[in-house]
Amino acid sequence: MAKVKTYTDDNGNNIIVKTGITWGQSFKKYWQLYLLLLLPIAYLLIFKYTPMRYIVVAFKEYKLNMPLKEMPWATTNKQVDYFKYFKKAFQNPDFLRALRNTVKLNLLDLICGFPAPIIFALILNELCFKRFKKVVQTIAYMPHFLSWVIIASLVSHLFATNDGLVNQMINYLGGESISFLGDPTNWVRTYVAAGVWQNFGWGSIIYLAAIAGINTELYEAASVDGAGRFKKMWHITLPGIKPTIVVLLIMNLGYIMGGGFERPFAMKNNLVMENAEVISTFVYKVGIQQLKFPLTTAVGLFQSVVGLFFLLTANTISRKLGERGIW
Amino acid sequence: MKVKSTSTKIGDAVFVIICILISIICIVPMLNLAARSLSGTEFLIRHEVYIWPKGFNLEAYQTVLSDPKYQRAFVWTAFLTLVCTLLSLTMTALCAYPLIFPKLKGRGFINVLITITMFFNAGTIPNYLLMSDLHLLENPLVLIIPACLSIYNMIIMRSFFYGIPDSLRESAEIDGASHIKVLWKIYIPLSKPVFASLALFYAVGRWNGYGDALMYIKTQKQYFPLQLLLYNILNNVNAVEVAAQEGFMQPGLKDSLKAATVMFATVPILLIYPWLQRYFIAGVTMGAVKE
Repeated sequence: MAKVKTYTDDNGNNIIVKTGITWGQSFKKYWQLYLLLLLPIAYLLIFKYTPMRYIVVAFKEYKLNMPLKEMPWATTNKQVDYFKYFKKAFQNPDFLRALRNTVKLNLLDLICGFPAPIIFALILNELCFKRFKKVVQTIAYMPHFLSWVIIASLVSHLFATNDGLVNQMINYLGGESISFLGDPTNWVRTYVAAGVWQNFGWGSIIYLAAIAGINTELYEAASVDGAGRFKKMWHITLPGIKPTIVVLLIMNLGYIMGGGFERPFAMKNNLVMENAEVISTFVYKVGIQQLKFPLTTAVGLFQSVVGLFFLLTANTISRKLGERGIW
Repeated sequence: MKVKSTSTKIGDAVFVIICILISIICIVPMLNLAARSLSGTEFLIRHEVYIWPKGFNLEAYQTVLSDPKYQRAFVWTAFLTLVCTLLSLTMTALCAYPLIFPKLKGRGFINVLITITMFFNAGTIPNYLLMSDLHLLENPLVLIIPACLSIYNMIIMRSFFYGIPDSLRESAEIDGASHIKVLWKIYIPLSKPVFASLALFYAVGRWNGYGDALMYIKTQKQYFPLQLLLYNILNNVNAVEVAAQEGFMQPGLKDSLKAATVMFATVPILLIYPWLQRYFIAGVTMGAVKE
């Protein structure tokens, strides 16, 4: 059925206006578009929606080679206990540690990693030699194109306790070698620094675009009024990119429970597991290596649901402020 | 032309110096890696290699480049990257193009379907169990199909498509061109920048990715992408086994050899990305622009 809107005109007559088109008309006109959409929709249904069926494993006793439907519900002392594995997860010190580390590392990443691209963009904006600026940009984007395996290998050489370049420099300057990778606290610092290093250049792209969108007349007017470099930076550039900063900050807060796998997995080592184990690596170890599926599915579901909550909150705040959310 | 005051000149110089320092911090790790890959063993053992090779030799590269295992992994990963990029670009265009038609029935529903996937992920284990049920474990297709459409990239392409004037499409439609023809003859040729940008994103993602291979492929080692091979070598996973398998006689590799291996896996991307800078900047920016 086409959408129908009814209006009443001045004489009290009803006027029926058809808006939009019917499904039949749409198919007739756009059948080729539906054809094009077949593959992407099949992809979404199979690889994004079907996995949701398996979430039920979190509430069941997993049996190998048994269809999902026939698997018995989780039981404690022969009593059905749907949330058995959630309770187990929260009694599991390894999981609690991973949860703590996930939040801690994400927060530290945010605190150190979020301002870095903004500061870098402000610095780049002050450069007046176009060619030089371009070269610096190209160099700063480079770390983004390295895989975490490679970054972890670079880090392990640069920060090695005995012969790493950084410690050799410290020794040269008269300091004592620091165990950057073997000491859990220092490892966290190195991990966060590697994140900043990898992302500050790439992250600045978006701020540079925002800065480019600022009306240049503002700068000229400020110059006439005698504003110096930092005054202009503070009173024009920063307010100009404030909306971008706010949206990105809120959206980043939304990912506080998230967490990639490749970075912590590549960078962790056995000496620092108390700080390096995060949820994603915990799920890999306990789920895929030790095959404890219900427990790790429960952990994953917990992470997804809390993540969803944070994201929706972030998105709502972002929209309230009049900015675009991610949908 | 205004004459700059001395304080402005000093300020300019300070910012130039800061940028040089930042650039050095970005480059030094790579220089150190390159220097190690080109240095002689005796200098490496004595920790004398910083950012310039000592005892210059190409032995490590000769070993790596002539090793059939590396050649194979390189060719396989390059092939995988090419296939993934082409497939992903196709899927992205197939998804993005129909969604720009405001009157398409069901468009709202599809948008909701897409949006949900951006907010909620079933999790690692449900995905793993699905791959298992689809018989994709230990199957090279698992490195291609499950990640063949990124919603973020689709949104970038869609906002680029939105920027193409409707009048172009409408006049072609009046001339009797079908929708598919319009996509092929008008939208894709006009969208080269966004295709270049997304091709780079997809290609880098595949070239650098190893998590999926780590989870889904355990025994079929011939399907390991380069980065996973690298991870196993650098972390001495089953040192003896890997060394024997990868064609090195002694367990534990020489430092220069490891460095050369890392260079071997890095250089292709480092050679490509500077030339696509204009495009990926546009791509990143577009992802953030209001629709």
